[in-house]
Amino acid sequence: MNNVWSLTKKEIRAYFGSPIAYAVITVFLVLAGFFFYSLVWWFNNQAMEASQNPYYAQQLNINQMVFSPLFHNISIILLLVIPLLTMRLLAEEKKIGTEELLFTSPVSVTQIILGKYLAALFVLVVMLLPTGILTALTFAYGNPEPAPVLIGYLGLFLMGAAFIAVGLFFSSLTENQIVAAVLTFGTLLLFLVLNWAAYSAGGVWRGVLNYISFFQHFDSLTQGMIDTQDLVYYASFAFFGLFLTHSVIQSRRWR
Amino acid sequence: MIVVDHLTKKYGSLTAVRDLSFRVEEGQVWGLLGPNAAGKTTTMRILTGYLAATEGRASVGPYDVFEQPDEVKKIIGYLPETVPLYPDMTVAGYLRFVAEIKQVPPAKRPGAVEEAVRVAGLESVRGRLIKNISRGFKQRVGVAQALIHDPQVLILDEPTIGLDPAQIIEIRSLIRSLKKKHTIILSTHILQEVTQTCDGAVIINEGRLMASGSLEGLTASFEDRDGVVLKLRRASTEAASLFKKVPGVESVERTGNEYRLEWTKGRPDLRDDITRLIVDKDLGLLEMRPAGLSIEDLYLKVVSGGPVQ
Repeated sequence: MNNVWSLTKKEIRAYFGSPIAYAVITVFLVLAGFFFYSLVWWFNNQAMEASQNPYYAQQLNINQMVFSPLFHNISIILLLVIPLLTMRLLAEEKKIGTEELLFTSPVSVTQIILGKYLAALFVLVVMLLPTGILTALTFAYGNPEPAPVLIGYLGLFLMGAAFIAVGLFFSSLTENQIVAAVLTFGTLLLFLVLNWAAYSAGGVWRGVLNYISFFQHFDSLTQGMIDTQDLVYYASFAFFGLFLTHSVIQSRRWR
Repeated sequence: MIVVDHLTKKYGSLTAVRDLSFRVEEGQVWGLLGPNAAGKTTTMRILTGYLAATEGRASVGPYDVFEQPDEVKKIIGYLPETVPLYPDMTVAGYLRFVAEIKQVPPAKRPGAVEEAVRVAGLESVRGRLIKNISRGFKQRVGVAQALIHDPQVLILDEPTIGLDPAQIIEIRSLIRSLKKKHTIILSTHILQEVTQTCDGAVIINEGRLMASGSLEGLTASFEDRDGVVLKLRRASTEAASLFKKVPGVESVERTGNEYRLEWTKGRPDLRDDITRLIVDKDLGLLEMRPAGLSIEDLYLKVVSGGPVQ
């Protein structure tokens, strides 16, 4: 555990000792803020119209109309920024030769992978936390239900955690960070939109495509619904990514 | 003690190391000598547990490299060919990190960092970012990270490569000073490095063992040989065959207008016969000197020819 912590500390220092973390977090927050502003502005407009129409006013729901779409939008920003966060994790070590130091030290491959994974998770949390200010504003000036908002955040965290595992895997495959980022981005985007194919597919395939796609699992979380199936989905996605990373590193020694 | 036993490493169809065996006794410095792409780095990577071998065994101290890799990693300090440095860390910060992952107990870490800084002479750059220090200092940081956990065994891959002559001398004297406490293997393609710092050498070429032993032992294998190098104005292949006919001469090698003649020591000196021949045939003697049969000759010989027993 101490080894994992040493590696995590080193990675966190690398993120914040260089412009990477600041650039990624800034871009993320600016975009998240913009989406929030647009959604609130639109909701506000709807509320003005609803003041003329009591029936419509009952339909207004800030959780449904602001938070759910906000979480979806944020998940797209994560899709863009997480490959940039994970691309260097293993590719850079390989490129500059420091992996030879890591792999000849008495630390296991599992510890190395976990150390790096936790560091990226830490940046994810640091990135998501400031959006709490936006959330706090809606609580100050409106009355959304807190539980679905928290569950939505849980969804973002789980989704980010799965994204990072995929990014770590592609970072282990190459020493070129751009290649790692492009492969990660492409894969994540494909998994996000895989459910589109489910509409045209029939029978078993519809279910399969819907299940492996990120979308459905995330959608129910943004609606404030916790289903173990979704939690298992994200956990197994992350586990599978880390497992593949481990296999790639181990097999390289034998080649 | 380091034992390499019939080690083979294949990368696909390419065999980098074949059936390599040698041993290095405790407290000695041995050189792994060979031209580029001889298999030196691969051998070191196998010993340090970075690569797995295709066949064979290796052990470092009491531990088997393949059965107890973690134990081996704890007692080895390794300087890879590309010094593994994080450019955005400070020298001291980097050494602290290495101390952590090399399992130096927390209480001993500050002392270990100080000691490594002192031994490698890094006091003046300890607070600087690694990307801003010179090549020579980077190499020394590499040596410092290899020493940080006070390992029994040091494996140094081309420790003086890319350094200027003054820095080379410094690193060599550093290695000699480490000898008392550590068993050291260093790889090099520079002969002086071996003659100046090592107790013994393993010479490999194309992954195969060509010769190994203590420096005295290696040169002793030549002590029963004698020879001369001749430089002729009128060199020809005909001259070479004439030399071969001189009774007693066992080998003649020609490079340009230079001939190298060898024979077994103890026989009556053949120099007179050879000189007479040159004068008779009017070959135009420019120079005649004794062929210095040193480790350099051994090296050139094994690298161009076959193994020596």
